[in-house]
Amino acid sequence: MALVKVDNLSRVFDVSKPWLNRVLERREKEYLTAVSEVSFDVAERSTYALVGESGSGKSTIGKMLVGLLSPSDGHVEIEGVDLANEPDAAKVDAVRADIQMIFQDPYASLNPRWRVKDIIVEPVASRGGKTEGMAEKLLEQVGLSVKDAGKFPHEFSGGQRQRICIARALASEPRLIVCDEPTSALDVSVQAQVLNLMSDLKENFGLTYVFISHDLTVVRHMADVIGVLYLGRLVEEAVPGRLFDDPKHPYTQMLLEAAPKMDAFGREIQPPEGEIPDPINPPPGCAFHPRCPLAQDICKRDRPRLRQIGGTRVACHFAE
Amino acid sequence: MTDIPVAPPPKSRLRLALESDVFYTFRRSPVAVISALVVLVLLVSAIFAPWIASTNPFDPASLNLMNGFTPPLEPNAFTGDSFLLGTDDQGRDVFSTILYGMRISLFVGVAAVAFAMVLGITLGLISGYVGGWVETIIMRVADVQLTFPSILVAMLIFGIAKGITPVEYRDQMAIWVLILAIGLSDWVQFARVVRGATLVEKNKEYVQAARLIGRKPGAIMLRHILPNVLSPVLVIATISLALAIIAEATLSFLGVGAPPTQPSLGTLIRIGQGFLFSGEWWILFFPACTLLALALSVNLLGDWLRDALNPRLR
Amino acid sequence: MAEPVLSIRDLSVEIPTRHGIVKPVDGVSYDIRAGEILGVVGESGAGKSMAGNAVIGLLSPPAHIASGEIWLNGKRIDQLRGEAMRRLRGKEIGMVFQDPLTSLNPLLRIGDQLVETMRTHLKISEKEAEKRAVAALEEVGIPGAASRVNSYPHEFSGGMRQRVVIALALCAEPSLVIADEPTTALDVSVQAQIIALLKRLCRERGTAVMLITHDMGVIAEATDRVAVMYAGRLAELGAVEQVLTRPQHPYTHGLMASTPLASEGKARLHQIPGAMPRLDAVPDGCAFNPRCPRATEVCRTPPPPRVKDGMAACWHPLVEDVEEKVS
Repeated sequence: MALVKVDNLSRVFDVSKPWLNRVLERREKEYLTAVSEVSFDVAERSTYALVGESGSGKSTIGKMLVGLLSPSDGHVEIEGVDLANEPDAAKVDAVRADIQMIFQDPYASLNPRWRVKDIIVEPVASRGGKTEGMAEKLLEQVGLSVKDAGKFPHEFSGGQRQRICIARALASEPRLIVCDEPTSALDVSVQAQVLNLMSDLKENFGLTYVFISHDLTVVRHMADVIGVLYLGRLVEEAVPGRLFDDPKHPYTQMLLEAAPKMDAFGREIQPPEGEIPDPINPPPGCAFHPRCPLAQDICKRDRPRLRQIGGTRVACHFAE
Repeated sequence: MTDIPVAPPPKSRLRLALESDVFYTFRRSPVAVISALVVLVLLVSAIFAPWIASTNPFDPASLNLMNGFTPPLEPNAFTGDSFLLGTDDQGRDVFSTILYGMRISLFVGVAAVAFAMVLGITLGLISGYVGGWVETIIMRVADVQLTFPSILVAMLIFGIAKGITPVEYRDQMAIWVLILAIGLSDWVQFARVVRGATLVEKNKEYVQAARLIGRKPGAIMLRHILPNVLSPVLVIATISLALAIIAEATLSFLGVGAPPTQPSLGTLIRIGQGFLFSGEWWILFFPACTLLALALSVNLLGDWLRDALNPRLR
Repeated sequence: MAEPVLSIRDLSVEIPTRHGIVKPVDGVSYDIRAGEILGVVGESGAGKSMAGNAVIGLLSPPAHIASGEIWLNGKRIDQLRGEAMRRLRGKEIGMVFQDPLTSLNPLLRIGDQLVETMRTHLKISEKEAEKRAVAALEEVGIPGAASRVNSYPHEFSGGMRQRVVIALALCAEPSLVIADEPTTALDVSVQAQIIALLKRLCRERGTAVMLITHDMGVIAEATDRVAVMYAGRLAELGAVEQVLTRPQHPYTHGLMASTPLASEGKARLHQIPGAMPRLDAVPDGCAFNPRCPRATEVCRTPPPPRVKDGMAACWHPLVEDVEEKVS
């Protein structure tokens, strides 16, 4: 059964200038569509990866999943409860306790004035739960020492801080953890340690991950299902093997081609053309058409819906 | 549930403070050490004035009018009494009046800054964290107040307060009115700095993590954001303390501050300046020197603190 | 063999701190020849950027060069100070940093910045410089270069800005370009564009490039030779294909194996135990010995092994028959 159901999710930000400037400069209100009509399901005890470049809306989706942002349109259902629209506060509270998040920047995600043990138990302590010995136990589970409980965050390296973040996320015994670029600030060898830890914890605690990343190699290693985002739209979704061996969408193909390869010494590639368009004025029709080698007139007019081709869902008029 | 691992006692806050970089730069900065010593000596002698001063200069019973205008370290022509810093027209020992005056000055200064700090931090936190029209209102009020010189604001508040207090309470209330006036004229910079720092902190991921687990805005502001915006506040508080002491002295000098029954350093200077040209220089000179030493060393301490807490500014 | 453009000999950088002297760069030697791209790779704190900063004289005090020599085109430059160093930067060494915004003056049109840089270092007329500025922007692939010279840096996207920085770095025709994490802030597709551009320009002009990065993929894609750094020291130096596919140093091996690409299809990634030592606590002997599966007593005794081209700084390298691979 799906733990998370995302249905037709959109998020629009008002990026207009202040009222006075608008009046004086005779400008219209401006809106940035960060996420546009995205739908996907995340099965319990699986890892669903959202991958995309900057401006693809992957972090915005993550924030909507955990309730830090509310959707402009569409629904996020977790354990069958729509957090933004559920009237029963007790139900919302119960589901919220099952959701946690791990952030990108290990230096900003721990309060520098708090001791590690207070940071770790906060999710439980703030609900009035019992926390005796909890921080110490969690620290050992994430590979740190009991001695670290009384220290402050600045005494730790980036990788150790990310372990502390993971310990905090585990404290409330969640079922779903949204991981927003959890290793992109870390070095390769530390990244390996943290990714392994996350895999182990997933097994031990039966966790479900939504894994947000720009790094295709990390996503390939971690994910059970991958969703590729471009300019706030889900353009392709498949299991890793299928996505990497047989990408259907021209954007996915371009992304895979452009990614550095470990064995491509002196490789001469034709680098991809163009850059990501302005999300305030996205191209009509398929957002990728200005850069797409397959683009026809229909791509400039009609926005392609996600279609099922084999085991892949893809939003392209010409994919086969 | 048998063996819950127990952490060894963590380092205390004091240990951490003594090992910190701030304390290290403090020991290596002679200006900071000397300023701190001066402040400490003045503070201690103000607090323990009743034990240090030879007389309570404002207890009429202990005064001898015959001792008036005794120069420093010279025996009085009539009584033969000798005073370290001389006496004023009423025979009060200048040294003792300075100690008692400093008490008033420091009390008013510290209390006014504390009041401004609490007000400024609260309004700054709220406007930074909540944003929207709340922020607009608070910050516009702050902007308007900034366009007036703070001493003018203080005099205005002092005048209004004096007008609405009954005559018989005026002298008793004067000190509190002074604190209110200086505090209200000073909250703006606290609010601005705290708001700026709050805007930075509230977007950091640890605040999002706290929001995520459903902590209330009040708890996030107090427990998470406040501890992280305190270091610039500390700097401003120190520098404001010097300014508040001077503001109090200015008001008292102008005759709208501490009453002669509870004279602060400013009052003493006002009294003393009347005797400057008749040759009794010490009545003005010593209180003025004390005020200078106090304000200067507090200010230097604040400057050092700003550099120490903000290495990028150096 | 032609004389190298840049030659670093036994370079050490020291920073005095209250806890004693730390050495972010410790006895590092490498050469870069004309038209060659040398990748300097390492994790954060390995000293890779610090070495680059030492070459261009941009160490921020109290960090300073403690010993060793830096030679550029047969001239010793590590003792140059002030004006002489400033003239060298820009004229003979171009720089590309991670954040293109810090390398561009936000208040000047980019055309003016190019003209100014060229006229400072080359003896050409204003007219000529303007013409070359447009040509330089065309060369780095900025569409509509003739009109874009009048734009300000903020009017460009991140990728386009980095192109402008590359044009700026190359406009005085330096013999060496130091690129410090030039693509780290960019998206994958833009990164591919920038790397291709850097490679093409340097090959065409015979410019030597020091490419500092933490990304093994970028190293594989862009460089000819690679220097692997660990805790301020050189761990391994050699041709990129050899270092990446047949690493000799256990650290390089571990680093390569811990990338997700190398562990394809496995449930767990290869892990190097522990973490890189802090610079004030570098162990005796080989800095990697506490984390190394092959470490023996000799690894714990100073002096640590020295590195030569095509070899690892290791008493027990993974490939024993190194002699035949050194050409």
